[in-house]
Amino acid sequence: MMRRSPFLPLICIAGFVFLYAPIVSLVVFSFNESKLVTVWGGFSTKWYGALFRDPQILGAAWVSLQVAAIAATVAVILGTLAAYVLMRFGRFRSRALLTGMVTAPLVMPEVITGLSLLLLFVAMEQIFGWPAGRGMTTIIIAHTTFAMAYVAVVVQSRLTGMDQSVEEAAMDLGARPVRVFFDITLPIISPALVAGWLLAFTLSLDDLVVASFVTGPGASTLPMVIFSKVRMGVSPDINALATIIIAIVGLGVGLAMWVMVRGRNRDKAVQRTE
Amino acid sequence: MTSQVAATLQKPWLDQAENPFVRIHRVTKKFGDFIAVHDVSIDIYKGELFCLLGGSGCGKSTLLRMLAGFEEPSGGRIEIDGQDMAGFAPYDRPTNMMFQSYALFPHMSVERNVAYGLLREGVSRAEARDRTAEMLKMVQLERFAGRKPHQLSGGQRQRVALARSLVKRPKLLLLDEPLGALDKKLREETQFELIRIQESLGVTFIIVTHDQEEAMTLASRIGVMNDGEIVQVGEPVEIYEYPKSRFVADFVGSVNILEGRVTEDEANFIRLGCPDIGAEIHVGHGFSCTLNQTLWYAIRPEKIRLTRERPEGRHNNAKGVVEEVAYLGNLSIYRVRLDSGRVIRATKANLSRHEDGAITWDDPVWVSWDDTAGVVLSA
Amino acid sequence: MPRAQAPGMSAPALWRWTAAPLARLGLSGRTLVILVPVIWLLVFFLIPFLVVAKISLSEPMIAQPPYAPLGTWDGLRLTLDLNFGNYAFLLDDPLYLNAYVFSIQTAFVSAALALLIGYPMAWYIARSPEPRRTLLLLLVILPFWTSFLLRVYAWQGFLRSNGVINNFLIATGIIDTPLVMLQTNFAVYLGIVYTYLPFMILPLYATLVKLDDSLLEASADLGARPVATFFHVTLPLSMPGVIAGFMLVFVPAIGEFVIPELLGGPNTLMIGKVLWGEFFSNRDWPVASAVAIVMLVVVVVPFMLLRNAQARAEAE
Repeated sequence: MMRRSPFLPLICIAGFVFLYAPIVSLVVFSFNESKLVTVWGGFSTKWYGALFRDPQILGAAWVSLQVAAIAATVAVILGTLAAYVLMRFGRFRSRALLTGMVTAPLVMPEVITGLSLLLLFVAMEQIFGWPAGRGMTTIIIAHTTFAMAYVAVVVQSRLTGMDQSVEEAAMDLGARPVRVFFDITLPIISPALVAGWLLAFTLSLDDLVVASFVTGPGASTLPMVIFSKVRMGVSPDINALATIIIAIVGLGVGLAMWVMVRGRNRDKAVQRTE
Repeated sequence: MTSQVAATLQKPWLDQAENPFVRIHRVTKKFGDFIAVHDVSIDIYKGELFCLLGGSGCGKSTLLRMLAGFEEPSGGRIEIDGQDMAGFAPYDRPTNMMFQSYALFPHMSVERNVAYGLLREGVSRAEARDRTAEMLKMVQLERFAGRKPHQLSGGQRQRVALARSLVKRPKLLLLDEPLGALDKKLREETQFELIRIQESLGVTFIIVTHDQEEAMTLASRIGVMNDGEIVQVGEPVEIYEYPKSRFVADFVGSVNILEGRVTEDEANFIRLGCPDIGAEIHVGHGFSCTLNQTLWYAIRPEKIRLTRERPEGRHNNAKGVVEEVAYLGNLSIYRVRLDSGRVIRATKANLSRHEDGAITWDDPVWVSWDDTAGVVLSA
Repeated sequence: MPRAQAPGMSAPALWRWTAAPLARLGLSGRTLVILVPVIWLLVFFLIPFLVVAKISLSEPMIAQPPYAPLGTWDGLRLTLDLNFGNYAFLLDDPLYLNAYVFSIQTAFVSAALALLIGYPMAWYIARSPEPRRTLLLLLVILPFWTSFLLRVYAWQGFLRSNGVINNFLIATGIIDTPLVMLQTNFAVYLGIVYTYLPFMILPLYATLVKLDDSLLEASADLGARPVATFFHVTLPLSMPGVIAGFMLVFVPAIGEFVIPELLGGPNTLMIGKVLWGEFFSNRDWPVASAVAIVMLVVVVVPFMLLRNAQARAEAE
């Protein structure tokens, strides 16, 4: 065993303070009576009331949720297809091209992705008349495109870790390739699909830059509204919004943990009955 | 005459008129520049338990995967039950495979794992349930039908894999290192279990293994592979007692190989001059060779006698000193350094618990053997 | 592997309905499955860059959209008006060159800082016993699931002159006048390290957790002190994680827009901000396109090549 120095736990604690202090302060000041987000003026929940009466924020949140849900779903389908094709189809003509196009969005600066997609949509509208104007549809397409790259990475790593002889066994027992995919591969990689969907959903919900480029009049996502408010200066209702988001994420993660732990305990219980 | 018929019934490969059930004809498999399997031809007969034996990377698994349909041969032909298998996908072949990793579907219960192949065949749910239950009973896993694979022990998983590959009643069962993941004791029990099941169902088995003891125990015949080629096919006794090459002699069991030149070549004996033992080897049967030809003499350690006194006769003995003794319980292995410097391995069964005056370290001894104990090899 | 054959009766109905007509067109199910992601990415990822390249070569003009057509087609021949003026403009004005240099410098410094903080954290997490390890790892990932924009906004509240840090320092009497922290390059470094720290820790953790304890014990057994063990065994074996983590911070930080915009000052000219300004404030689409193309060629392409080379090296 290596000798443990106190240096490591200390730097780790400092690191977590660094990660969480701003988040904690967001939550604390969301309950602040004062309009100044950094001076405590007594407990109040008035900013939550203000938040729920703000039609702009509510509308943007609805737009963002729809965009994120649709984009994440399409991204999971396309990303899984891309990953499956790359991992299981051996050689094919467009293989190198697909590999490049799947990994490139991961290192592409958002400003470039946003600008290039906007210019594409403008050019397409000029040539084909579609998409007529920009808005939710164009944001969904843009988010799907960059999110599917992340999904593909997640699914690819799961496919690599999966014992391929399981798929061969199904084939050996008489299942054709499509059947093998739906009966065996899909259920086994389903945790990766869930993880990929959540990742895509979060990325979409979080995106300001790409959406700002490809949106049109009438379709403002939540980050766009937050950004314009934040640029104007402090606004405690944004703290309230942050607190709600943190609460939802915290609940979600807690739930996921609970399900996982319960599953593990059940397995242990079964093994004990031997 | 009757015994002759019985013999060919049990050993169909001896019967010229018998048609092989699996015919592997001049099969080659290349991966890029690498030749994994080179020009292999084997005939396997109905009801056999055939073992493909070889070290890792010798091509035995590739050959098995070509039988199952996961790899297409680069050249040659595979016939099963008279039908050319070229172009048949794994799901269209009358074979089933038991995978080295077992490849159980982790998200399905034991019962669903076993029933999977039947349902793909279009068997009705009721019939699939009955046949699955019957199969699970045979491998003594009825109690575990509802379990998921990760809730089973290694031995139980192995039996699920076996049940799953047998439930479709394949004409040919392919087993890839089926006992590789089990510990020694379980492996020995399971070997006999496999033989029992194979005999009761009458299915033809082809087993891939790197474990020569396993091959000896299980097989009706063994095919020894090396570097993608079949080097010898034969019954276990044949492979052990009459290896055709130094490779086979050395790979299967332990052996002393002595190099010598032919000094006498008669109809009923030959003699080899062997500088390694400082004497001549007398071989008690004829061998087609020429004078002065270099040959090899392979002799198993258990066929060598160790004595303190000089044995009678001028041939097949040499003097040396015991350099090492390894006690293995049932037997002891001796390493004897001969006066020529050559080391010979000999084993001795430990017949009694304590032996006074037993040969031990640094004792001067004579090694000797009968003139029919070893094999002459020309390759 | 056998090729995917046309599925028969046992295949899902959906597949039969879509595959059958396409099979008549000579497309196998296999080809179809390959084509779906390939075509999507061609149309929405690759072709857009060609459009950007095209527009970077055209004249800006006040119109909708605000650029001149690249060429004219008079029915007989195509006249191309290639205009390299936009690129010449980028070279002329030192603002652009400075912005590229500053972006790369900022990204590099931030990534290095993130590595210094992230490595000990990743090491500590990877060496923790099981229930604690998962919990700590979760704590690292958790901020990622909350809005990035809101976390940057939180730092505004921390760093401003009447913000949390200054209030605390003044209240405890350490300083009298508030420190200027917001709208400085320091704030930008801080913001980048803060938001990208999880991306540094995760790949580091992934390599460190696989590190066999017995290697460290062997090194100690052979007489190496902890520091020597770190430099001779731990660090070399975790290099893939170091490189991956560094890239995951460095590359996106170069094009970062939100952090310099919200935390940086007017002279924090990062290239993402410049491109945004050209596009949204100046409405100069051709120059914005030229900025993007240069960024692509100078920054993104080298890193993609590096990444590929690394992936190939790992495969061997």
